[in-house]
Amino acid sequence: MVKESPLLKVSNLHTHFFTKSGVVKAVDGVDFDINPGETLGIVGESGSGKSITAMSILGLVPSPPGKIVNGEVLFKGENLVTKTDKQMRKIRGKEISMVFQDPMTSLNPVFTVEKQMVETILAHENMSKKQAKERTIELLDLVGIPDPQKRLKNYPHEFSGGMRQRVMIAMALSCNPSLLIADEPTTALDVTIQAQILELFKKMQKELDMAIIMITHDLGVVSEVCDRVMVMYAGKPVEFTDTANLFDDGKHPYTLGLMNSIPKITTDKQKLEAIDGVPPDLRALPKGCSFAPRCKHVMESCLTIDPGLKAIDDNHLVRCLLYEESESKKAVTP
Amino acid sequence: MSTLLEVKDLKKHFPLKGQALFSKDKPVLKAVDGISFSVETGETLGLVGESGCGKSTAGRSILKLLEPTEGEVIFKGENITKHRGEKLRKLRKDMQFIFQDPYASLNPRKTIEQIITEPMKIFNIPKAERNKKLTRLLDVVGLSSYHKHRYPHEFSGGQRQRIGIARSLALDPDLVICDEPVSALDVSIQAQVINLMEDLQEEFNLTYIFIAHDLSVVHHISDRVAVMYLGELVEIGEANELYQNPKHPYTQALLSAVPEANPHRDKQRIILKGDLPSPANPPQGCKFHTRCPFAEEICRTQEPKLKKVSATGQMASCHFAEEVVNANEPL
Repeated sequence: MVKESPLLKVSNLHTHFFTKSGVVKAVDGVDFDINPGETLGIVGESGSGKSITAMSILGLVPSPPGKIVNGEVLFKGENLVTKTDKQMRKIRGKEISMVFQDPMTSLNPVFTVEKQMVETILAHENMSKKQAKERTIELLDLVGIPDPQKRLKNYPHEFSGGMRQRVMIAMALSCNPSLLIADEPTTALDVTIQAQILELFKKMQKELDMAIIMITHDLGVVSEVCDRVMVMYAGKPVEFTDTANLFDDGKHPYTLGLMNSIPKITTDKQKLEAIDGVPPDLRALPKGCSFAPRCKHVMESCLTIDPGLKAIDDNHLVRCLLYEESESKKAVTP
Repeated sequence: MSTLLEVKDLKKHFPLKGQALFSKDKPVLKAVDGISFSVETGETLGLVGESGCGKSTAGRSILKLLEPTEGEVIFKGENITKHRGEKLRKLRKDMQFIFQDPYASLNPRKTIEQIITEPMKIFNIPKAERNKKLTRLLDVVGLSSYHKHRYPHEFSGGQRQRIGIARSLALDPDLVICDEPVSALDVSIQAQVINLMEDLQEEFNLTYIFIAHDLSVVHHISDRVAVMYLGELVEIGEANELYQNPKHPYTQALLSAVPEANPHRDKQRIILKGDLPSPANPPQGCKFHTRCPFAEEICRTQEPKLKKVSATGQMASCHFAEEVVNANEPL
């Protein structure tokens, strides 16, 4: 592949929340880039900072108490962090759009689907109302809603969960965004509907050539749709590589722990290897590696040194002292 | 092994609003519409299905948290369907429930000690014994005794679920019905709780009915699995056999829809068209025919019965159970 310039480049992003009980370092040093047409997965448990990363990109972090204290988000070469609200509004929904987890709370219950979708289109595109309506029908048809002419007049509560998520996706696609951020888009759905929606994402991506950031806690979903994956823990990426490599040759103890703790549907039953303990309090992160208190391979040096994200191979970054150069290991463990 | 629980043709219908006052046929929502199965002592029966298939209603009807409309629940050889008042109260000691939401199922104004000992108090167990039991319970679910004076908000989701489990074990039940006990938890914590439940089953010789929508979790913990669709059992069988060789087209689709954490998988996926029909107005004939890739004329008119499809007792309700299998088996 020809090396293109990335569509989005996030570097050294720090988003902190200033609360009464202390500073919550929700995102604490995230770097990644995403190329046009690529799907990047961000995986982690609740509180790992994956949603806040997405919100920081879109400038949706509630402020106060939240603040992007450091870092840049370069989208097509422009830094989004320094943009004003008004400028961001032009980008959100047009260039970058988002699909949320819960389709019931993210649609307005008192307006018809037509009204909501036409409004989005008119906000960004130079179209007449009639054209916008035609575009809406076209989009609903595209995402597989049967009889879109009629369904246009329906309110969100008249759709099922899966159909509502399709409406959300149609709305997100309405201005041909070059980047779509999907935050747990299938978590609230049943498996059979989840399979339909994932299939739809793949189809849309092929047709519209957009990049997708897929935020999820489900490694199954990742393996299904993502090209590259970033695993996050306590606000920091701990491993970053392409999907096949992550599943075949995952390195970080947290990644491995996650994989071992999900029951496999195909293999015979064995005892699950759970990760002991609980995720740390983001207000008082342990010194050294954040995962050290739960890690099976913890060494003395892990408790004092916070390992950086280091390349151990082409396209494979790991934040763990186990895989650091042997000299540095010697230096700390006499 | 002996049969601990037998459910015969259990039905739970909810009346729907908005029908003419004097009309004879009051419309009902058939949340559970005639399910039958039995559970052996010490085994785990998994109950799976999509949202709205009636799995939670079934669980609650068995415990008589909801009054069943029709059918029988036989627990330890006794028909408990008609039990009321004191008799029912005594019975509840032996049947317990673990709820999905560890945030909503613990009283925020009570300490952990009060929460766990309350069931014992109700059954007049002396204080000394209660305290002894409390210490033991906290220990087996992996909490420390210094936790007992704390309130639920001081605990994480996984710890709260442990407290809920400790409470359900306080009266030494025989049967525990677990309604989505791990679906609100993060994966790493989920594995801890599943392991705990398995250990407790061995230690206390518990029988579980494990209700969940996550097929891999159910496969992991269950000895036998029952699949529900629109209030009916469509397939039931030994867990490994059912997962490896599902006979009902719905089970097949459900299993193939599970995203697998293996990027090299090259399995053909069956994608069902459409959504779950409304249980208030279910399709005629086989309830699955509207989404079934194999549906034929007979499916639209005649409702299939649950019948044996293998020597080991796997049962499926499909007119074409045998043929569907043949179509899928590589020769």
